[in-house]
Amino acid sequence: MKDLSTVFRSGERAEFVLRSLYSKYGYSQFKMSKFEEYDLYVRNKDFLVSENVITFTDTDGRLMALKPDVTLSIIKNSRNEGGVKKVYYDENVYRVSKGTKSFKEIMQVGLECLGDVDDYCIYEVLMLASKSLTTISENSVLDISHLGIVSGIMEKINLSTESTNILLDCIENKNSHGIDLVCEKENVCEEDKKVLTALVSTYGVIEDVLPKLEIFENEYTKDAVNQLKSVCLELIRAGIKNVRIDFSVINDMKYYNGIVFKGFVSGIPTGILSGGQYDKLMRKMKRNESAIGFAVYLDLLERLDENDNKLDVDVLVVYEKGVSLKTIEETVNSFIKQGLSVSAQAVVPEKLRYGKMVTLKKEN
Amino acid sequence: MLNVALPKGRLGEKVYAMFEKAGFECPSIKENNRKLIFENAEKQVRYFWVKPSDVAIYVERGAADIGVAGKDILLEYSPDVYELLDLNIGKCRMAVAAKKDFCDDNKKTLTVATKFTNIAKNYYSSLGRDIDIIHLNGSIEIAPILGLSDVIVDIVETGTTLKENDLTVIEEIVPISARLIANKANFKFKSAPIEEIMKSLSMQAEK
Repeated sequence: MKDLSTVFRSGERAEFVLRSLYSKYGYSQFKMSKFEEYDLYVRNKDFLVSENVITFTDTDGRLMALKPDVTLSIIKNSRNEGGVKKVYYDENVYRVSKGTKSFKEIMQVGLECLGDVDDYCIYEVLMLASKSLTTISENSVLDISHLGIVSGIMEKINLSTESTNILLDCIENKNSHGIDLVCEKENVCEEDKKVLTALVSTYGVIEDVLPKLEIFENEYTKDAVNQLKSVCLELIRAGIKNVRIDFSVINDMKYYNGIVFKGFVSGIPTGILSGGQYDKLMRKMKRNESAIGFAVYLDLLERLDENDNKLDVDVLVVYEKGVSLKTIEETVNSFIKQGLSVSAQAVVPEKLRYGKMVTLKKEN
Repeated sequence: MLNVALPKGRLGEKVYAMFEKAGFECPSIKENNRKLIFENAEKQVRYFWVKPSDVAIYVERGAADIGVAGKDILLEYSPDVYELLDLNIGKCRMAVAAKKDFCDDNKKTLTVATKFTNIAKNYYSSLGRDIDIIHLNGSIEIAPILGLSDVIVDIVETGTTLKENDLTVIEEIVPISARLIANKANFKFKSAPIEEIMKSLSMQAEK
């Protein structure tokens, strides 16, 4: 019998495995409408990965949009009910693809925790992010960073918004020569320059990086450094192997504040998982709780299927006119019983790739 | 196997020599033929020659793990890659040039001819100057002479081409040099050889 896992493509397989993983930890599915009022996205335009949104006018005259993002809808459509609301979603979003510059439907699975987010909650989300990656590929990396550390260092150095933004870009692109240039231009002292450069050069498995975090400690970053340390120690305790510290994970600081992370699997050239703590977005949407979550971009997993079985079917059964239906069906079923896939055709389709061909001739 | 995209041409040859010195040689690359891909299985490295402006695309899309691209290309296309090192070679500058007698009196929209649309747009928007951009693919220097544009934004190396066409640099936008770039995801999985190369190249890079 053919193993079900070979029938599913990577994205589809991951979709089911991840949904079952999240529901095991008590996350309930959050089902939402495909449409959302456009206004929601206008107010939070910077939060969206791409600014363009597909809009249309509903029958009552309201301007609606096909949702480009799930997190905003979850915040908007949930209420503070005390404790932590744990939800997962499995939705399609509509964004502009960078390559074709046209809209694309993107399959996303992810989860969000809204409410009194505590250390356990943050740990659990990181652990589930790490597990999500390992279910997709044996070779994966979850990079984590703490925006409190990066923003605390920026606050201490206190440069113009323009220079700060250049520095953030440099950190995101591991560009230490760019940092040198800004420091030279702005007369940043040697000690601060060393800290900024260390944000680029300090990365790797958590055991190696933890002892190096001291350099980032100042009055603004103390809490953040401690939080990163303690959550990392928990990840080590739990034996989670694929997590690394890397400060080049920089999500938009207007929305994100605490721990942020990005996941990669070998064979896919971009990150396939992205998330973090976004209390600032909650405030913007007039909510006073904390929140953390992540999304997995399942459409990207297509790349993992490239070396699939090159055949469309294992067996092609070609029958002549006049062969009884019973004979055809019996032949087809005999191959299916052997665990092979079969296509029965009267003529050989031009582009069909098949393993072997069986011809059924009319009995005289 | 580490995949390296090198820019075709003189700069690429210089860059390869640096990689060779770093211990990642691939002798077959020096054979005089039209092949574009060269591999040294023993050193686990594969080089390929691509058009200089395409290096960033190969790296961003992960076909190459690392590559060497000019800062002009990185500024123009903003590829999502790590910019690991300034190699301090292929040095030139992005500049605004115009006819010798040109004087920008700020009274009308400035017409700018360039191959580097985004760099020009960003530069003038940082100055708050209203401009119109004419995208050209080559021979940019003749645009002001024929009255197609007021100024050009282009790479200036020695300034000879400008001089021969009676143009002069009126503003410098940014210095340009070759950069070592890496694909963000592949960097995670091949960090050991990439770091080794980075270390050696940074020692070789002239300051």
